Amino acid sequence: MDAVAPDNSPPALLKRRRFLSRISIFLSTAAAAVVGVPVVGFLFSPLTRKPAARWRPVGAVDGFKIGETVAVKFDDAAALPWSGVSARTAAWLRRDDETTFTAFAVNCTHLGCPVQWFADPKLFLCPCHGGVYNADGTVAGGPPPRPLPRYEVRVEAGQVEILTSQIPLG
Amino acid sequence: MIKRLLATLDDRTGLLTWARGVLEHPVPPRTGWWYVFGSATFLAFLLQVVTGIALATAYVPSAGDAYASLQFITDQALMGRFLRGLHYFGASAMVVLIGVHVARVYLMGAFKYPRELNWLSGAFLLLLTLALAFTGQLLRWDQTAVWLVIVAAAQAGRTPIIGQDVARFILAGDTVGGATLSRFFAFHVFFIPALVFLLVGLHLMLVLRHGISERPTVGDPVDKATYRARYDALLKREGVPFWPDAAWRDVVFGAAVVAVVALLAIVVGPPALGRQPDPSILQAYPRPDWYFLWYFAVLALTPTHLETIVIVLGPLIFGAILLFVPFFNTGERSVSRRPWAAILVLLIVSVIGVFWYAGERAPWSPDFAAKPLPAAIVRDTTPEVVRGAQLFYDKGCEFCHKIGGQGGPRGPDLTLVATRMSPLEMVGRITNGGPNMPAFTSTLTPEEIQAIVAFLATRK
Repeated sequence: MDAVAPDNSPPALLKRRRFLSRISIFLSTAAAAVVGVPVVGFLFSPLTRKPAARWRPVGAVDGFKIGETVAVKFDDAAALPWSGVSARTAAWLRRDDETTFTAFAVNCTHLGCPVQWFADPKLFLCPCHGGVYNADGTVAGGPPPRPLPRYEVRVEAGQVEILTSQIPLG
Repeated sequence: MIKRLLATLDDRTGLLTWARGVLEHPVPPRTGWWYVFGSATFLAFLLQVVTGIALATAYVPSAGDAYASLQFITDQALMGRFLRGLHYFGASAMVVLIGVHVARVYLMGAFKYPRELNWLSGAFLLLLTLALAFTGQLLRWDQTAVWLVIVAAAQAGRTPIIGQDVARFILAGDTVGGATLSRFFAFHVFFIPALVFLLVGLHLMLVLRHGISERPTVGDPVDKATYRARYDALLKREGVPFWPDAAWRDVVFGAAVVAVVALLAIVVGPPALGRQPDPSILQAYPRPDWYFLWYFAVLALTPTHLETIVIVLGPLIFGAILLFVPFFNTGERSVSRRPWAAILVLLIVSVIGVFWYAGERAPWSPDFAAKPLPAAIVRDTTPEVVRGAQLFYDKGCEFCHKIGGQGGPRGPDLTLVATRMSPLEMVGRITNGGPNMPAFTSTLTPEEIQAIVAFLATRK
């Protein structure tokens, strides 16, 4: 195909071509924006949602022995109908006395791996990179930069409830 | 008859003439076996596309159902296990081959003028390959996958200012769940492969435009003013058609890659599914697949105060190196005149190798499965020593300390501890802790500490 030599065209035609190319570029951009805005907005929607927070019952008060630390399981705050078991989450719950409880996040502050409580040495240990926490959640060794985060706990009508929210990260 | 049909087809489409031009374009002579890794990487990618499409016909990208569909593919579907194996070892092959290809191009200076953009498009393909490898492991939606998403999000969360947003983008929310897997699936099967196809197209277009680089010659630097003319003259003088003079090696090597992948898929099989993707099961031992294990080790071994810098700046520096390579686009190509290039490659390979070895052994992980020490190791039968040995197990000392080959590798081996510490020093260490060791002052009674020390004092 031979290229058209636009320089030889009369000025009126040149103007018309300029107009046609501009309107084409404008229309294409507008059409792309109409499609692109919802796509990008949809992809980034998790950033605009406020983190949900829900009180989840984890068992009757009498089911917990004073001084004991146990894993309690519950659904996370953002469980979707098709989440299946991946919506399950856990916390380490300790009954301090008759009325007060402490709930530690299971996520190591290093990189989020699940810490395990060992009752005899009274330590939380992380399997990933060897983080160690004391019974009060303070760091006893390894790479964790901060103490274990805690969840709010309350007792409602004889039930212990944990305020679950986002995974505590970084 | 067939000839006429083909001629008509070519007249209407031009495809045959185009293909002939591509296949028979002249390439430099004596390219040899070093030039097969690019095509082999592309072949591995195609293998991934084909096996991936097959797997996607049965895989259910739903956080609640993916695990069961993986079990179905592995245990019941016809050749499902084989397909999963092909896809896993195909991924491994793609990672290895693109690594070798990048190293080859770098060491032979093939990224120099006029092929700088060949390098850059290839650099993006390398990053996309790693992204495919990581998102792919997560689609094997078991317990390990769930925790690795969290680990990835936690790393992203370390970035200043935008960290939390990046983490939420990765998780598609505030928790691992229904939205997370769907998003990784879409990225792994649509978005990233589409980008790979686009970039491979560009990459190959550039290869055709500038021609395959000739083997470097010592004392023959690249000069922008003369390179193109000299390359064209070389092709005119000694060029050979790509097909079949050079391409046969690509075919032989590619066939060997497919054979090895298939063999591994049959003999070794796909990685086993772990436990259910249930984040409330806390008995977990998350480990990335081999290609990221070395980085997992980096994260374990970096000193705490440097960690955020390493996590955030490490990938950026890696990206910057890739980006800046083609700025050194003239001069000697031969590696014998570019000793720093050889040192850099050697350095990267050995750093990855060392950390990979460390990740394989994971000496920083406590051994939760440690068993009580048997009488044969305790030896002494004094009641206090026996009680100390029992406490050594009960109180978790053995998670981190080995005695007689039993116990975890996290802390020092205590098999011969009495030869280097006095009982008084041991009491001090247990009571106050040490670097990476907790203080046991509140968890052990003085007489328990005495018993443990009595036991340890017999270790010589």
